[in-house]
Amino acid sequence: MIESLLDRWRSPHQFPGGVHPPQHKIESNTQRSIKANIPARLILPLHQHIGDPAEPIVAVGDKVLKGQRIAKADGYVSAAVHAPTSGTIVEIADYPVPHPSGLSSACIVIETDGEDKWGERNAVQDWKKLDASALRNIIRQAGIVGLGGAGFPSFIKLNPGANKQIDTLILNGVECEPYITCDDVIMRERSGEIMLGLTIMRHALNAKECIIAVEENKPEAFKAMSEMAKETTGVKVVSMPTIYPHGSEKQLVQAVTGKEVPANGLAIQIGIVCHNVATAAAVYRAVYQGEPLISRYVTVTGTGVKQARNIRALMGTPMSELIKQCEGEPNSLSRVIMGGPMMGYAMQTDQVPVIKTTNCIIACTDEDVINEQQAMPCIRCGACAEACPVSLLPQQLYWHSKSKDYDKTQEFNLFDCIECGCCSYVCPSKIPLVQYYRHAKGEIWAAEREKAAADIARQRHEFRQERIEREAAEKAERQRKKKEALAAKKKAEKADAKEPSTKSAIDEAVEKAKAKRLKQGPKAEKQQSENKESETSDS
Amino acid sequence: MEFNTPTSPHIHSGASVSRVMLLVIAATIPGIAVYIAYFGWGVVINILLALVTALVCESIMLIIRKRPVLPFLYDGSAVVTAVLLALALPPIAPWWIAVLGSAFAIIIAKQLYGGLGYNPFNPAMAGYVMLLVSFPIEMTRWQAPLSQSETSLGFIESWNVIFSGLSDSITDAISSATPLDNIKTELRLDQSIDQIVSSNPLFSNLAGLGWEWINIAFLVGGLFLIYKRIISWHIPVAMLGTIFVLAGIFYLIDSESFSSPLFHLLSGATMLGAFFIATDPVSAATSNPGRIVYGIGIGAFTYIIRTWGGYPDAVAFSVLIMNMAAPTIDYYIKPRVFGHGKR
Repeated sequence: MIESLLDRWRSPHQFPGGVHPPQHKIESNTQRSIKANIPARLILPLHQHIGDPAEPIVAVGDKVLKGQRIAKADGYVSAAVHAPTSGTIVEIADYPVPHPSGLSSACIVIETDGEDKWGERNAVQDWKKLDASALRNIIRQAGIVGLGGAGFPSFIKLNPGANKQIDTLILNGVECEPYITCDDVIMRERSGEIMLGLTIMRHALNAKECIIAVEENKPEAFKAMSEMAKETTGVKVVSMPTIYPHGSEKQLVQAVTGKEVPANGLAIQIGIVCHNVATAAAVYRAVYQGEPLISRYVTVTGTGVKQARNIRALMGTPMSELIKQCEGEPNSLSRVIMGGPMMGYAMQTDQVPVIKTTNCIIACTDEDVINEQQAMPCIRCGACAEACPVSLLPQQLYWHSKSKDYDKTQEFNLFDCIECGCCSYVCPSKIPLVQYYRHAKGEIWAAEREKAAADIARQRHEFRQERIEREAAEKAERQRKKKEALAAKKKAEKADAKEPSTKSAIDEAVEKAKAKRLKQGPKAEKQQSENKESETSDS
Repeated sequence: MEFNTPTSPHIHSGASVSRVMLLVIAATIPGIAVYIAYFGWGVVINILLALVTALVCESIMLIIRKRPVLPFLYDGSAVVTAVLLALALPPIAPWWIAVLGSAFAIIIAKQLYGGLGYNPFNPAMAGYVMLLVSFPIEMTRWQAPLSQSETSLGFIESWNVIFSGLSDSITDAISSATPLDNIKTELRLDQSIDQIVSSNPLFSNLAGLGWEWINIAFLVGGLFLIYKRIISWHIPVAMLGTIFVLAGIFYLIDSESFSSPLFHLLSGATMLGAFFIATDPVSAATSNPGRIVYGIGIGAFTYIIRTWGGYPDAVAFSVLIMNMAAPTIDYYIKPRVFGHGKR
């Protein structure tokens, strides 16, 4: 308690709640990163980011060079995919990919040739001459997405829109999840690249100030970044207390600036942009070296590997290859997690590839993770509420989720839940709270989709009803005209047959009146029947 | 290799209901030790009686309700209920008092409402109040501290008193009112506080003889619970603060007819109530601001009933009253959710 009071004093804008799980970082951050072996086959999902999947622009049998674009961004929120090494496209098919659903999705498979031969690269040294839009385009073409784990296309987060002043560009080197050290190690090894990447981003955003946030459990990284920041004006490196979920964007913004990102809003709305440190390094490589995003730092750790460490792996490398390279024994594993133990998800197989958002692979034995626990009833201790970084009432959300009272869950702001897992982590009754919230969100989304579908169906029905009525009316009109024409014709025939007489004028008037009656008669009838029809359709 | 894919989080803090309850029990030990020192072994016998009854009743009810028995016995909540109830009973109460109270607490106040986590009232206090209302004589016949008593009361003697009842001679020799009770009675006889305290060996410099040290020991145990983050400080601080402020105001107005704040804080069940009973999470308010309101309520009712009500002590009544208010407090006092604008 005294510790947390001290933390609060040192970091006055600290977000509420948070937890301190065992860090397990020392296993993997004590040695330099190594380059991963190039595997025989690379499996590149078309969907490695938030947004629409990329669209392949190669065909099976094509030879590709390293860095060559093999799939283009499909739409604005999307990202291109590039060949991480030279080789041949052998397949475009569904493979298991790292995704919470555990489903397979479309991947381009490259058989590598081992030559690792670069294609054409377009390096830009004098990028300062470029305007923001040109820089964004380079970053977009390089397929760069947020490397912290979310995978949102980075160029969008460098596009605040006209007249939007960006006050603060935050570089997120917090890395609050246990086990993960890829940002720690990249900051130690590539602080220069990160700093140049930051400068480019700052230029694109025209940001007033830059803050690099590092948790204080990474003193080496902090030192490396501080050394670099000395030479640059307007860049501040801050050491933050170690607390999870500090690296979550909204929580970091609050801790660094004291400002709250509005609910359902984005940081950019309050003049703040957040990028991951590894993303900055990728931006540097894209601009200065013309290198698209084809590899990344991946932490391979967990008690399932003998030598936990960071590996610079090519996208598409099967996780099993990296686990092997770290002396892991696949048969001893009980779970493979991509990401951290708090928010990461378990892979259905170790054959899934490393993708742009793969920051960490935890090869778990039973020592690392919990298995399903017997949940006890909630004792209303409120530990969850104290741990919640968003100040929700997890307990109330739990009751209402459990009783399927989804309106109430929304009253208690279910959709502000960031699923950080703090509540489940501290619950003495071991209730899988986050699972309940995910389920509730899923149900609400499903209901909304259903409602949307029902709305469309109702509209369609109404259109159909209208069309039927309109058609009926049109038909009646046609019939009426036909009858009229017929009547006119008959009259003309009659007139032709009879010789004109003095009586004819009277006859003519009578005929006219008859025709008029005929004209009105069916129409009135028609209207009546229409009214009836609309009545029945209403009911 | 194919793997299971449970969802995140994949780790847990290791907190458990059993650990919470175990630490609560551990924190009562200093209080119990001082209790024994001043009032003898009766309290231990009461604890054992209440404990055995509670565990037996809990098991039977779990079987009837077709719930797994062992996990719920291991959670320790029945043990805590039994201990807290026993600590509230007079150490020379007959054996059936502890048994009846404990059975009522577990069967009626806890299991019939749905068991652990579902009881709206603190089971120990529900049991206590049922006893107090039904058996006022047995429940208000306390014993004088051992040092004041003419008969020494060892374990065997306590056992005999509890199981075979009191002979009249012993009753007179060892029984006495509690200091809170005594003050209440004497004030009605138009005595001033000064006169009452100075004339009676039941009182000491701080509060009642023995009681002040029992309260201080429970305070120590309570601080341990706060340090271990088993309870938050909000309820005890709010409750004790309210008692202190109210007692202080009236003491300043008229120190002849109102006891000092210190006397209130160190008498009766104040500290036991503040740290061990009012903090029962199941029946309390859950948010921190809500807990402060809840604590203030308990403190205020405790002072009001002690001073103007019909009972000498009032922690149990106050806790039950505020138990009823807890859902309302939780309904109206909700924290502001992140990003939802300042209130």
